[in-house]
Amino acid sequence: MKETPVIESKQRGQVDHNHGMELLRQMKSIRALEDKAAEMYSKMKIRGFLHLYVGEEAVAVGVMQSLTQDDNVLCTYREHGHALVRGISARKIMAEMYGKQEGCSLGRGGSMHLFDKSKKFFGGNAIVAGHLPLAVGMALADKKQEKGDITACFFGEGAAAEGEFHESLNLATLFEVPVLFVCENNRYAMGTALQYTHHEQNLEKKGVGYGIEATAVDGMNVLAVEKAARKAVKYIRKTGKPYFLVCNTYRYRAHSMFDAELYRTKEEVKEWKKRDPIQTFTDQLLKQGLITEKQIKTMDKEIEKEIDEAVDYAEAGTWEPVEDLEKYVYSK
Amino acid sequence: MHEQQTIEKITYRDALRQGLEEAMRKNDKVFLMGEDVGRYGGAFAVSKGLLEEFGADRIMDVPLSESGFVGAGIGAALGGMRPVVEVMTVNFSLLALDQVVNNAATLLHMSGGQLNVPVVIRISCGIGRQLAAQHSHSWEPIFAHIAGLKVLSVGTHEDARYMLGMALQELDPVVIFEYTAMLNHESEIHEDQIVRDIKKAKVRRGGKNLSIITYGAGVYKALEAAEKLMGVGIDTEVLDLRVLRPLDIDAIRATVTKTHRVLIIEEAWKSVGVAAEVTALIMEHAFYELDAPVERLCGAEVPIPYPKHLEDASIPQTEDIVDKVKKMVGK
Repeated sequence: MKETPVIESKQRGQVDHNHGMELLRQMKSIRALEDKAAEMYSKMKIRGFLHLYVGEEAVAVGVMQSLTQDDNVLCTYREHGHALVRGISARKIMAEMYGKQEGCSLGRGGSMHLFDKSKKFFGGNAIVAGHLPLAVGMALADKKQEKGDITACFFGEGAAAEGEFHESLNLATLFEVPVLFVCENNRYAMGTALQYTHHEQNLEKKGVGYGIEATAVDGMNVLAVEKAARKAVKYIRKTGKPYFLVCNTYRYRAHSMFDAELYRTKEEVKEWKKRDPIQTFTDQLLKQGLITEKQIKTMDKEIEKEIDEAVDYAEAGTWEPVEDLEKYVYSK
Repeated sequence: MHEQQTIEKITYRDALRQGLEEAMRKNDKVFLMGEDVGRYGGAFAVSKGLLEEFGADRIMDVPLSESGFVGAGIGAALGGMRPVVEVMTVNFSLLALDQVVNNAATLLHMSGGQLNVPVVIRISCGIGRQLAAQHSHSWEPIFAHIAGLKVLSVGTHEDARYMLGMALQELDPVVIFEYTAMLNHESEIHEDQIVRDIKKAKVRRGGKNLSIITYGAGVYKALEAAEKLMGVGIDTEVLDLRVLRPLDIDAIRATVTKTHRVLIIEEAWKSVGVAAEVTALIMEHAFYELDAPVERLCGAEVPIPYPKHLEDASIPQTEDIVDKVKKMVGK
């Protein structure tokens, strides 16, 4: 039987100054945006559900490097980071979380429903696994129209227990459509740990039964994720077939802002933080002499400024008139 | 061969097929996907022969995964195609309901107007073939409840022939209900009964004493009842709703204003159904036109049983309609 290859952390890819800076900047920007979102949530500026991506940054950043602007991206409700890396500005994201009409979804969606058609960013989908069939259909449409684009679909390991995951993998292989399925395995489906939700915890093995090429990668290592994603995307573009990439990662913060975290220990979280994707990557860059402390400080300041401006933009934003409530239920 | 002057009768099934065939020929972005639509020829033979004409890329057989392939249809619509997704029967549609509600009906609004979902979902339905409780559902009211959908009901041969083509002009998701019990029913296509508009209800028969408002399998039953009632001097109007969401309030108001008496016929369970909604609309828009309370004949509120006599008793039959109307007009 074919063994599923697993890329270990030690197989770190090589990186130069510019690309290293870019990856670091993207990961740091996500974390800064998320920390600010949490702050604004506690100030009751952001309401509803808020799911933060802190700890998982290397996954979105690593995978996005492999995509072009013509590829489709679909995400879960924990998607602020993906949206940001995809090119939706922090201010548009923050305004959306505020519910202001300057937001990327006109304020209609909020934190869980970021959309930007011009960036081919299709949510922000909050029914777990509900967007997987959409990804298959979008890839099918691209195939029929011979566009040559791929569709990247991010979802958690919780989604991999849903029927739609299995239906979608089966459909994708039957249709032979170019979908990159990215499982962000953060080990908890809300508060239920992996061992209680999956009998087979090497999730990449679920691809085998459907005849889908599959790999697991250390999702705390941005270079490893990037390398695995590039390999996957190369395969998809060459064959037109789907690929299943599992990124094993960890969510530092609670599932949402309502979560008291009764299901895991502080020690466990502490252990995972030792593998922090931003800190370990920073250490690597410093060690290899690819970046200086001064450059990091400058970067942090620039990011802080960008995020503060995003808050100002959201604060200054306006509410959609109530008269528009029923607009966009149907097309005009 | 028929003489040229002869008006041909066709089955409801053939009318559906012709509509589908025409849509496929007109636009190469249109494709059909569903269980058994290709090699089997369609569970009810509606798509028979289309695989040979259009090939497996456009007549796509899919595995039994309603949520998966309905969702894929929605995705294909987002991606610029014009998919027609066939759900074999309404009884399996609940497995795909999340996709319909949370994606098809929601994305336009939730994305602030960025994403259109021009998918057409065809669903076979109806009661009367002794298929027992799990295969005899009438879920039109469930779908008609969902904001963001357009919901059509094919009650006549004319709509069987032309509704799909009109649905494919829409930018929004359209759900079309087709009735299996009518598939073999033959009729002419009457030019004056064709409505090239899916915003409007249609008066299928004019009358002055009472209005029957109905849809789907109720339409021909109501027309048959109206013929019988004419024999006893009751002139009944029959309004075919055709569009269950959004309902044509103007047409409902017009028929009430004309006859001042209303009976609503629906095969779905009575509570919280389309008939209830129409009743409420009449209260809101035409209450002072009424000479008598609105009445309803609907499905009995039971899981539909297998034995023929009990199945028949579960839904309004032509004789029930005749009796009810006679009572309502005091004859």
